[in-house]
Amino acid sequence: MIRPTTSDQFSPISLRPAPLEVRDLTVAYREKPVLWDVDLVIPEGQLCAIVGPNGAGKSTLLKAVLGMVPRASGTVQFFGQPLQAVRRHIGYVPQRSSVDWDFPTNALDVVLMGLYGRLGWFRRPGRAEREEAMRALEQVGLAAFAQRQIAQLSGGQQQRVFLARALAQNSDLYFMDEPFAGVDAVTEEAILQVMHELKGRGKTVVVVHHDLETVRDYFDHLTLLNVQVIASGPLEQTFTAENLKATYGERMSLGR
Amino acid sequence: MSADVIIILTAILVSTASALLGSFLVLRRMALMSDAISHAVLPGIVLAFWVSGGERATAVALLGAAAAGLLTVTLVEWLSRTNRIKNDAAIGLVFPALFSLGVLAVSLYFRNVHLDLDAVLYGEIAYAPFNTLEAFGLNLGPESLWIMGTLALLNLLFVLLFYKELKLSTFDAGLAAALGFAPGALHYALMSLVSLTAVGAFQSVGAILIVAFLIIPPATAYLLTQRLPVMIGLAVLVGAVSSVAGYVLAILLDASIAGMMATVAGLLFALAWLFSPVDGVIPARSRRARQQREFAARLLLAHLAHHDRPVPVREVLEEFGWSPAFLAQAQQWAQREGLIAGDPHGLRLTARGAVLAGERP
Repeated sequence: MIRPTTSDQFSPISLRPAPLEVRDLTVAYREKPVLWDVDLVIPEGQLCAIVGPNGAGKSTLLKAVLGMVPRASGTVQFFGQPLQAVRRHIGYVPQRSSVDWDFPTNALDVVLMGLYGRLGWFRRPGRAEREEAMRALEQVGLAAFAQRQIAQLSGGQQQRVFLARALAQNSDLYFMDEPFAGVDAVTEEAILQVMHELKGRGKTVVVVHHDLETVRDYFDHLTLLNVQVIASGPLEQTFTAENLKATYGERMSLGR
Repeated sequence: MSADVIIILTAILVSTASALLGSFLVLRRMALMSDAISHAVLPGIVLAFWVSGGERATAVALLGAAAAGLLTVTLVEWLSRTNRIKNDAAIGLVFPALFSLGVLAVSLYFRNVHLDLDAVLYGEIAYAPFNTLEAFGLNLGPESLWIMGTLALLNLLFVLLFYKELKLSTFDAGLAAALGFAPGALHYALMSLVSLTAVGAFQSVGAILIVAFLIIPPATAYLLTQRLPVMIGLAVLVGAVSSVAGYVLAILLDASIAGMMATVAGLLFALAWLFSPVDGVIPARSRRARQQREFAARLLLAHLAHHDRPVPVREVLEEFGWSPAFLAQAQQWAQREGLIAGDPHGLRLTARGAVLAGERP
């Protein structure tokens, strides 16, 4: 767990700073900004969706927050601290296509990688770590596939391996980039279970999501994004026709 | 030590040092980088010769060349990070530029120096026994063994110590960075060792064989296993076998030693590509043929199950549109398995075949 910095202990408003607080974030790959003046506070212990049309900057937001793309301006704090101080307490489940699945290794080994941060440099995973990784695989229903070469897993199973790795990592704050994209019903169910398991343990989960149909069922907190933040807050306050129209604009009115 | 043993040992040390690092290069899709580094070190060597006054100065040459290798890596990284050109084009731009600088420097200023381009490209491992290391007035034996032995040991230590970190940053650099394992620093450490190894092996085996040893054994091992530790071990083994067999063949045929070693490595790769049980071309082909035969037999069973009389062969051929030869194969397999029986009036199911016909394949 991360302790609040000393200055925060004197804060009269909250005992513990928010898991993620973004101020005035702007990102531009070329001339046109991909993200413009984004302000965002993610509350602790909730399942939070970031939703918006293609090209709205959802993945870029995750990457900018995690320092994987340069920021033009703005500040990002995790639990009141800069990224470097809390890196190991942040889990990132990337899009499945971000790694080479032909890599010579098996499912269990990939899950074990989630525990490397705790081991630190030089120390190798031992029996305790392997058992922990097995438990994570069991939780996503892949115990029988532990020794399977990762290229021989289906797309949904690969996504679940990534989830098991995040579970094993035991972070306080999780970012998931489109985990529901192109997976079957079994995997979707497994991802939901993991998300609720994490919430039950008091973790915060931020998910880039694209399916408006399921937002209401899956999440507590919603951020609507289209280059700027259109709305951000508890689901019942933000998931309104007005906000959706402001986010998706003409495309919504054209389509329906 | 006899000259034969020295040459073979040198080659094994070069191939071992190379295979250890090459495994990670291949997995990182950076095979081309080894080609770039092994050429781009030339200006570094030239510079080191100039600094040291044109003597054979191994330590200085090593460092100068390693610096040139790192310069290559840095320039390539920097060029591709600007997003104006792709990584392969960046490699293709940087190393000819550096290599030609080296060639120009040799031809303009070092004509009289003992540094000829043939030796740079092809090396001469046959001379390995004659270049001996002398220190404190003692003859310490062949210099190449000392250099390559040190490098092989250094690379082995690096891979053993940082195995977990190398694996993670190769598979998922994003997670490695998130967990604080400095994938950038590891990348440069790996590339520094590749540069050092390329330079160290330069004099004995030349640029071409280094590239061959860095890439071919790991690429061969990659085809043979799905586990990283096994892959690295196999890569070392393939390199050693290429060294020994290459030397023996080169002596028998009176051919270039380095050339023959690279050729043997290439042949081993071809064998793995064709016959690897993991995903070799020929096992895959015969598996497909076997499956075709078996699926056809299952279809045949299902068809026969719908008839309570023997079905004439002619009818089966019409039904499925198979060639008589293909039906014969499927039929032969099914008969051997005791699933169908020949009958004067055609084909019929055995009791076992009837059971199997009712099951899902």
